[in-house]
Amino acid sequence: MNIDSIQNGIVIDHISAGKGMKLYELLGLDKLDASVAIIKNVHSDKMGKKDIIKIDADIPVDVDVIGFVDPGATVNVIKNEKLAEKRNIEMPNRLVNVIKCKNPRCITSTEQELDHIFKLTDKVNKVYRCLYCETKAN
Amino acid sequence: MRSVIDILDLTPDELMELIETAQDIIANPAKYAEACHGKMLATLFFEPSTRTRMSFEAAMYELGGNVISVTGAGTSSAAKGESMADTAKTVSCYADIIAVRHPKEGSAYVMAKNATIPVINGGDGGHSHPTQTLADLLTIYREKGRFENLTIGLCGDLKFGRTVHSLIQAMSRYTGNRFVLISPEELKVPSYVKKDILQQQNIPYEQTTDLEAAMPQLDILYMTRVQRERFFNEEDYLRLKDSYILNMDKLKHAKEDLSILHPLPRVNEISVAVDDDPRACYFKQVLNGKYMRMALILKLLKEAHNEH
Repeated sequence: MNIDSIQNGIVIDHISAGKGMKLYELLGLDKLDASVAIIKNVHSDKMGKKDIIKIDADIPVDVDVIGFVDPGATVNVIKNEKLAEKRNIEMPNRLVNVIKCKNPRCITSTEQELDHIFKLTDKVNKVYRCLYCETKAN
Repeated sequence: MRSVIDILDLTPDELMELIETAQDIIANPAKYAEACHGKMLATLFFEPSTRTRMSFEAAMYELGGNVISVTGAGTSSAAKGESMADTAKTVSCYADIIAVRHPKEGSAYVMAKNATIPVINGGDGGHSHPTQTLADLLTIYREKGRFENLTIGLCGDLKFGRTVHSLIQAMSRYTGNRFVLISPEELKVPSYVKKDILQQQNIPYEQTTDLEAAMPQLDILYMTRVQRERFFNEEDYLRLKDSYILNMDKLKHAKEDLSILHPLPRVNEISVAVDDDPRACYFKQVLNGKYMRMALILKLLKEAHNEH
């Protein structure tokens, strides 16, 4: 399967297989007026299978979102069809307005204009908890 | 501005300082009778509560301060759609300190973030209730003389019981304690309490459904009510509400120096006959709660004064 190379844009590589779609949604790429390719289950010597997202536009991507979904992913910035920058991804200590708390008893379910904030409470097990009610993020 | 939203907002040293203040208040009440003269406590209770609100109000009056209060969401601006943030900013103009209870988890945190005066969490849904834990801790300290090397049984609703989670957090900071978690399967302690507190700190604990079998080893038995208001489903509540009832028969297997605590209100989980047993500490616990709230109000007002 061939996907054309991009001239100026972003390639999110080494995404754990199956997480590409979640990343696509959380990065808001569905709202982007540019070509975006999600390539699923690509063969990888290192990972076995991986997902790749190619964005044909030089847009700012929220590395906190990538760090939350899959800290093992890499972000490559392409300029003039060449790799211009490789960004390291880390798990963010705080996530602001990326995901919503699903606890119906949480104050965020009723209080308008409240930021939805999650904090990293267990780096080893990648656990994020709601800042307000401490419910675990799914 | 310093607020107390969770029991872990207070260090072990600060807890001991509060316990010392509370004991001094008990010994010398006259010394504190005007300690908060000219100060105003606002009690904002958006959820039914008798003892916590009255305890805060009694505490402030005994310190010589004044109280203004809101009870029930239906009678406040919250019913008109006012945000928690706006309520916090408004009440900050009238009072020097806030005690808040609200059914939503995290509500006290939001209030503290927006208030310009100290906020004390008087219970935010099933999340946290630090001043109840202060009452529990003073009771344990006065009954046992220590916080270390105790076997603490927690019985009943360990899933939604916020006082249980806070007490486990607080007592986990002292050495040599172990926990016996007694509950029906459906009301077990949430996994985060086990993983993030007990297992992470290698604190010994066991889970059981059998209160009688657990009884002989306990130094403290913390009974809880199965709370109707925490259930979305009435059927589940009715099925689980009578899971554990402590009576004199069950106490036959207990240690002579067991201390029985309960955050109250009680429904039927402790038989009235147990009230006369010297091991029953739950009404002393109510009084201890008032003293600890007095100590906390004093501490936060003093810190706020020093900040200005």
